[in-house]
Amino acid sequence: MPFIPHTDTDIRSMLAAVGAEQIDDLFDEIDDRLRGVDLEAIPPGASEQSVSRLMQERAAADAGGLCFIGAGAYEHHVPAAVWELTTRGEFYSAYTPYQPEASQGTLQLVYEYQTMMAGLTGMDVANASLYDGASALAEAVLMAVRANRKSKSKRVLMPAGVHPFYRQVAHNICANQGIVFESVDFDPAAGTVDQAALERWAGEDVTALVIPQPNFFGALEDVDALTDWAQANGALAIGVVNPLSLALLKAPGQWGTGAGADIVVGEGQPLGVPLAGGGPYFGILCCRKTHVRQMPGRVVGRTQDIDGRDGYVLTLQPREQHIRRSKATSNICTNQGLLVTAATIHMSLLGPQGLKNVAATCAANTRKLVQRLTRIEGVEPVFDSPCFHENVLRLPANADAVLEALADKGIFGGLALAAHYPQLDNAVLVCATETKTDADLAAYAEALAEVLSEHAPASASRTSAPSVA
Amino acid sequence: MSDIPKELLYTKTHEWVDNSGDGTATVGVTDHAQSSLGDLVFVELPEVGDKFSAGDVVAVVESVKAASDIYAPVAGEVAEVNEELEDAPERVNEDAFGQGWLFKLTLDDESGLSDLLDASAYQAVVEDEEH
Repeated sequence: MPFIPHTDTDIRSMLAAVGAEQIDDLFDEIDDRLRGVDLEAIPPGASEQSVSRLMQERAAADAGGLCFIGAGAYEHHVPAAVWELTTRGEFYSAYTPYQPEASQGTLQLVYEYQTMMAGLTGMDVANASLYDGASALAEAVLMAVRANRKSKSKRVLMPAGVHPFYRQVAHNICANQGIVFESVDFDPAAGTVDQAALERWAGEDVTALVIPQPNFFGALEDVDALTDWAQANGALAIGVVNPLSLALLKAPGQWGTGAGADIVVGEGQPLGVPLAGGGPYFGILCCRKTHVRQMPGRVVGRTQDIDGRDGYVLTLQPREQHIRRSKATSNICTNQGLLVTAATIHMSLLGPQGLKNVAATCAANTRKLVQRLTRIEGVEPVFDSPCFHENVLRLPANADAVLEALADKGIFGGLALAAHYPQLDNAVLVCATETKTDADLAAYAEALAEVLSEHAPASASRTSAPSVA
Repeated sequence: MSDIPKELLYTKTHEWVDNSGDGTATVGVTDHAQSSLGDLVFVELPEVGDKFSAGDVVAVVESVKAASDIYAPVAGEVAEVNEELEDAPERVNEDAFGQGWLFKLTLDDESGLSDLLDASAYQAVVEDEEH
C-alpha cells in the first residue's frame, strides 16, 4: 500500500463525486487576480551539493568577529549539554502533541518551565510560551484590554523606550481591533520614561501602561513608580523584561507598593537559545492569578490520577480555540516547545546562582566597555541612568560609517539608533555579555580609536566634500 | 426531566428571567442548562452599570468541558451581580433557580418581557433538544 494520501485515482474519483473537473474548480470563488501567481523571482531548483556550498559560503561571511550588538537578541554561552539533550528524539518536536496527556515527559518539562518563569518574574502563573517577545507583548495588550473591564477606552500607553520592533508588532496585531497606542516620550537626559509626558494621561481612562525593564537603551526604569502610577490610574501594568536581568533586578511581581505588575512578557532567547537571524526564539508571558482566564496560550497543570500518582495535563482549556472558537483568548494553540525545552535545561544547569553570575558579568562587562570607549575623545554616554547590560554612546562621527569600518576589522560594534530614533543622531547601542573578555573589550576600544582617527567629525563630514585620500 | 418553575420566563438559549415587577429582573441559567454543561468551574460576570441590548453576551459560564455565553434576555442595565459565584460557581449546579442566579437587570422597558417563553413553551424547547 503506497503511503500517498491522494493518488491520481483518488483525486479523480473525489472530483467526480463533487462534480468538478479539476482541483482548480474548487477555488472558483477566489478572484483570478489573487491566485495562480507566478513566482518569477524564485530560481529553478539546485542540487543538494550546490546548496550546501552556497550556505557554507554565506555562513562563512557571518562567521568570526566580535559581536557587541544586543538590541533584543543577545550572545550568551550555552552549555553544550543544553542542545545535546534538547535534540534527543524524545524532545525533538516543536509541537505540543495532539494527544498531549500521552506525552507526560513533555508536559512535565513545560510545567517545570512555567514554574521557573513564575519564580523568576514573581508572578502567579506562566503559560507554555508564545512565539517571541514582540508577539508576547501584543498578546499581553489584547489580554489587558479583556481583563481591564473597568476601562472602556482601549488606550494603551507605550513608552518610546520599548523595543521599536515590539511596538511595531503590537501595533500590527492590535490596531485593527480598536486598540489605540499612545506613545510616551523618554527623558532626553535619563533615557527613561519622561514623567511629565506620562502625567499628561493622569486621570484619563487608560487601559494599560507598558513598562520596559531594562528598556531598549539598556536603561533601568523606575518600575515601582510606573507600576504605582498605572494602578492609581486604573490601568494594568504590563512589564516587558529581559528574563536574564531578573536574576539581579526586583521581580515584576514585587514592583510598586501594591500587587506588582499585572502581566509580564519578555523574549526568552537569552536563556539558552543561540543567536539566529529572525529566530526562532520564544516569548514569555506570565500574569497574576486574577487574570489567568484572559491569558492566551497553553498551560500545563499538575494533578493526581485515581491511584494518587502525579500526572500532568493541559489545563484551563476553555480559554482556547478548540473549545471557545471565535471567542478564544487568542488564536495561539501551540508553543515554542523545543526552545522552551532548551531554556528549561539551560536554567536547570545554571541554577539561580549561575544565572545571577551570568547577569552580573554581563552588567560588569558593559560597564567596563563603556568606561574604555568613553576614554576615546568625543565618545560620550548619551544617558545618565543606571543600565543593565546595554548602553547608548554618542560618536563624534557618522555612526553607520564607523560601524561599517569596525565590521571590516571584525568588530560588530553595536546598533546605530538614528533609524529608529532620529533625535539620537550618531548614537550607538552597545552590549558586552559574559562572552567578552577584557582582551575583547580592549580590542574594540583600540579599533574604535583607530576608526575615529580616520573619520572626520560628524559635523565636518556633513558639510565638507569627501576628502580624496 | 429537569425542573421548570411555572412562575418564571425563559429564553431559547436557556436563561431564566424572574420579573420582580418593580422594573428589575433577575437572570440565571436553567436547571436543564446547568445539567447539560456539567460541573461549573468559573462564572464571568458583567460589571454593575454595563448596558446591554437583548441578545448581547453578558456573561460566560465555564464548565469542565465547555465555556458558554449567557445572553441578555431583555435590554437593560446591570444593577447587581451574584458575587458569591466568583468563589462558588457550583451554586449554579446546586440551585440554578435560586442561589445560582447570575445578575439583576434594570429593564429599559418591560415590553421586552413579552418576547420571552413561558414554562410550557420552554418545556417544548427542552423536549425538542432531547430528541
